[in-house]
Amino acid sequence: MNKSKFNITPFLFIGPAVLLLFVFSFAPILVSLGISFTDMNLSGLANWSQINFVGLDNFIQLFQDEKFLQAMGNTFFYVIIGVPLAVASSLLIAVLLNFFNNWVSSTFRVVYYVPSITNIVAIAVVWSFLYNQEYGLFNYLLSLINVDSVPWLEEPVVARLSLILLAVWKSNGVSMLIFLAALQSIPKIYYEAADIDGANRWHKFFKITLPSMSFATFFVTVTTLIGWLQFFEEPFVMTNGGPLNGTNSMALFIYQEGFQYSQFGYGAAASFVLFAIVIVATLVQFKLRKTD
Amino acid sequence: MELKNKFERAVVLFILFAGGLLVSLPFIWMILSSFKNDREVLSIPPTLFPENPTFQHYIELFQNLNFGVYLINTLIIVLFSMFGLLLNTMAGYGFGKFDFRFKEGWFMIVLITMMIPGQVTMIPTYLILNEMGLTNTMAGIILPGLIAAFNIFLIRQFMVTVPDDLIEAARLDGAGEFYIFFKLIIPLAKPILAVQVILTFIASWNSFLWPLIVANDESLYTLSVGLALLQDENVTNYGLQMAGSAFMVVPIVVIFMIFQKYIVEGFNVSGIK
Repeated sequence: MNKSKFNITPFLFIGPAVLLLFVFSFAPILVSLGISFTDMNLSGLANWSQINFVGLDNFIQLFQDEKFLQAMGNTFFYVIIGVPLAVASSLLIAVLLNFFNNWVSSTFRVVYYVPSITNIVAIAVVWSFLYNQEYGLFNYLLSLINVDSVPWLEEPVVARLSLILLAVWKSNGVSMLIFLAALQSIPKIYYEAADIDGANRWHKFFKITLPSMSFATFFVTVTTLIGWLQFFEEPFVMTNGGPLNGTNSMALFIYQEGFQYSQFGYGAAASFVLFAIVIVATLVQFKLRKTD
Repeated sequence: MELKNKFERAVVLFILFAGGLLVSLPFIWMILSSFKNDREVLSIPPTLFPENPTFQHYIELFQNLNFGVYLINTLIIVLFSMFGLLLNTMAGYGFGKFDFRFKEGWFMIVLITMMIPGQVTMIPTYLILNEMGLTNTMAGIILPGLIAAFNIFLIRQFMVTVPDDLIEAARLDGAGEFYIFFKLIIPLAKPILAVQVILTFIASWNSFLWPLIVANDESLYTLSVGLALLQDENVTNYGLQMAGSAFMVVPIVVIFMIFQKYIVEGFNVSGIK
């Protein structure tokens, strides 16, 4: 095969995928950037001459929009509580599973992983039933130990915490598998050496286990953080952002502006604010890791 | 780290068991409730096992509601997602094993789309579908999710490890490029493709956002969109809601149980340590 000649073969392989990716994933980024500086809405969609360039107006308006600021605050609330909980609980499960090397480990690995493969709508329907104030299982179980009924989804702060609980439950699986793979790759000889030096279990955990897993922990923390910043499906299907906008997230705000109010330009602008926050958070994580 | 004695073993086992029960509780409650009749499902105190187990809710899903249509639509999406996986695999092979002009540039596009949050492209992708006249069509539901940049990336990482000599030898024997791809590369990539097939199946079975955004007619609804509609229209009929949820969840759990070995091993294949 003559290499200097134009060769069509590689393009036959990458062509279909790259073309589709370009039209439905890459071009939209450019379109989004474009319309975020316009007032595009439903009438603009029907007639392009109705679209006006508004400069930075959308962005200025966003930071004066109570609803957006609240969604941003809620998102930070989700991240600050949700990320440490999600990372810690999946690490704990992995450490406990790693004590066993038999049916226990393989069975419970599946049990803890299953929530992450199930459909979010089905999950939301089931948990709405569990969280129901009158007929729900949770409040019934609490009543057995004389705890008053909890307004799981009816009070803003409690509702946010309820959604976090649900999301942690659903997201444990993948992180747990990554932690398990990391745990299993730590050489046994490290622990044997520590035993000879008379180290106790906590010493071994903090001086050997955790440092050996620093990359896995970093990877899980970054991906979890990015995921939680885009927290969307849980409030969308469980509460639709309510009560009183108390569970609304930035991602849900973007969806509402785009598809419920058809404010495409305004929604696109909000999506870039979210994107900027994701990038900053990721860079901070990388920076912290370097100083480690 | 190892456990010192039987007692410690029992404690850890108990914690794992209790945790596992808590994690499974929503599923157990879903299945048990789906067989209870309308009165029993709302009774306080609740019963654990259904007193008179009934299939009425499952029958209702198909007789009074359109779950048959939703199921067919979902299966169509699953089928096309497998075609999408084939395109991803082809692209991964193309990027991994060929040299061509602007290769880095094309691959950069793949990487960029991988990193952009879905919310950024959600609105403009809808606008593009609208310009193409694809809103409220099956094609509009399928196309945005067909290609997954992350899968191309993963498959490319694997393809890079395939020896060039192997492909070159096949070429010298006169094998065509697509013959090589289907008869040599795909069998070689089986371990990683097995994982991708299962994960793609699960993701497309569960797909919710694009069907929700694009489909206006109920005849295009998928199971997840249909289930959301069911919840809106039958607010207190929890038996029916649980049956609908179980119908979505149980098949995927069964498939996962059968193939879980591949997924757990797949994490080692993808090299995250």
